[in-house]
Amino acid sequence: MNTVFGVPLPALLGQLLIGLINGSFYALLSLGLAIIFGLLRMINFAHGAQYMLGAFTAYLLLHFAGIGYWPALILTPIIVGVFGAVIERLFLQRLYGLDPLYGLLFTFGLALMLEGIFRYYYGASGQPYATPPSLAGGTNLGFMFLPNYRGWVVVASLLVCIGTWLLIEKTKLGAYLRAATENSTLVQAFGVNVPILLTLTYGLGVALAAFAGVLAAPIYQVSPLMGSNIIIVVFAVVVVGGMGSILGAIVTGYVLGITEGLTKVFYPEASNTVIFVIMAIVLLVRPAGLFGRE
Amino acid sequence: MNALLDVRGLNAWYGESHVLHGVDMQIREGETVTLLGRNGVGKTTTLRTIMGIIRQRKGTLRFNDQDMMPVPLHKTARHGLGFVPEERGIFASLSVIENLMLPPQIAKNGMTVDEIFELFPNLHERRNSPGTKLSGGEQQMLAIARILRTGVRMLLLDEPTEGLAPVIVQRIGDVLIRLKQRGITVLLVEQNFRFASRVADRFYLMDHGHIQSEFPVAQLGERMDELHKVLGV
Repeated sequence: MNTVFGVPLPALLGQLLIGLINGSFYALLSLGLAIIFGLLRMINFAHGAQYMLGAFTAYLLLHFAGIGYWPALILTPIIVGVFGAVIERLFLQRLYGLDPLYGLLFTFGLALMLEGIFRYYYGASGQPYATPPSLAGGTNLGFMFLPNYRGWVVVASLLVCIGTWLLIEKTKLGAYLRAATENSTLVQAFGVNVPILLTLTYGLGVALAAFAGVLAAPIYQVSPLMGSNIIIVVFAVVVVGGMGSILGAIVTGYVLGITEGLTKVFYPEASNTVIFVIMAIVLLVRPAGLFGRE
Repeated sequence: MNALLDVRGLNAWYGESHVLHGVDMQIREGETVTLLGRNGVGKTTTLRTIMGIIRQRKGTLRFNDQDMMPVPLHKTARHGLGFVPEERGIFASLSVIENLMLPPQIAKNGMTVDEIFELFPNLHERRNSPGTKLSGGEQQMLAIARILRTGVRMLLLDEPTEGLAPVIVQRIGDVLIRLKQRGITVLLVEQNFRFASRVADRFYLMDHGHIQSEFPVAQLGERMDELHKVLGV
């Protein structure tokens, strides 16, 4: 059997795939966090809960309205994104200009509330969400067996990340977003409705979290705690990439997911901590993050 | 003839600090008016208050016969007012062309991109560079050019010659004369009254948050003593 540094190739590629899938979720979630932080200067602690809300919305759509995976993949980000926009309009707008700690505390409270509501109704255990029949089974790549759904998760995450990056880097709306990140007062003086831009940005960030939640539902099951399990790692990814850096969030998400997967092969004891060790090193060497501006 | 900009008894505050104490000024369409004064007398605050950036304000502020006091900041530009800040506000994450195209167009009579590049050839050469890689003079040109593209009726221009080489100051003067020929009204904040005298029709002299005096450019010679006293030059 082929081996790499004494590790069988199928085991290595299997962990690489798990790393890539985890990286897909890290990238999607840290991208949303980076967009929100970039413009609103707010650390959205509710991001994990909004990811969970995405998974639960897909679950509820299926069980109460008979709406399956594919329509839910479109509908859920819209529903949860609108929920995010309403939260921004009703509450977050009152916190702009205050110490960022207020935003962090508010979103932390929101996360606890959302988790509490779903724990009350569904308990702490996960609810099963079936893989869509069109993506059931797997494909033998010769060197490894690839479950179709997991392959789809990687492709979908990449497409959404690239699409979001293009939206921000190549469109007029993206130029407004980038400019408002630097000097929102001046952009407003140019005649751009920045308050609406802030609402849309928060809605977009939340919609990305919800999209990741729907993608995750068939893999990790739908659980009220699924957000809090992943959010701390995602914050570490954002810090390594550079707070507010869009490209940093995407690249670092995938790279750290793969790094975590490879650590499971070569030194499993460190696999749960490797991302935090990298974060500590980056904070020491380059506090603004790998892609952040000093 | 009605003033395009009519400011009466304008007061403004930064938190508890009362900065403008009843500013009065009337500017007619097509005029270039310079607001002179030492550092800290409230010139920049006057521009920012007229633009609506400073919201803690009282008094009368009419532009084109419309009350601007209740107009939110993001709607001020649509009335035809454009603002170029002292620090120029060039966005580092945007290229020169992105900076130029950023402000939404409010009227069809703005300069076209071709006209802008003809007026500022340096910007054309460096259109794909990041905005903040330009020299100070080029950044100032870009800051003015991007507002001219929008078709504003009146430009609020804050110390455009600050920290620039004499040859660049000369070019900015040429640009302001071109704007005057196009009929654009300009309220210019400037400490360099020799530069201002080249482009301005009238002066307002400001001290301690209010207008101390007003005179046309023809009286500049007679007013030198007052200018020396107020400006400390």
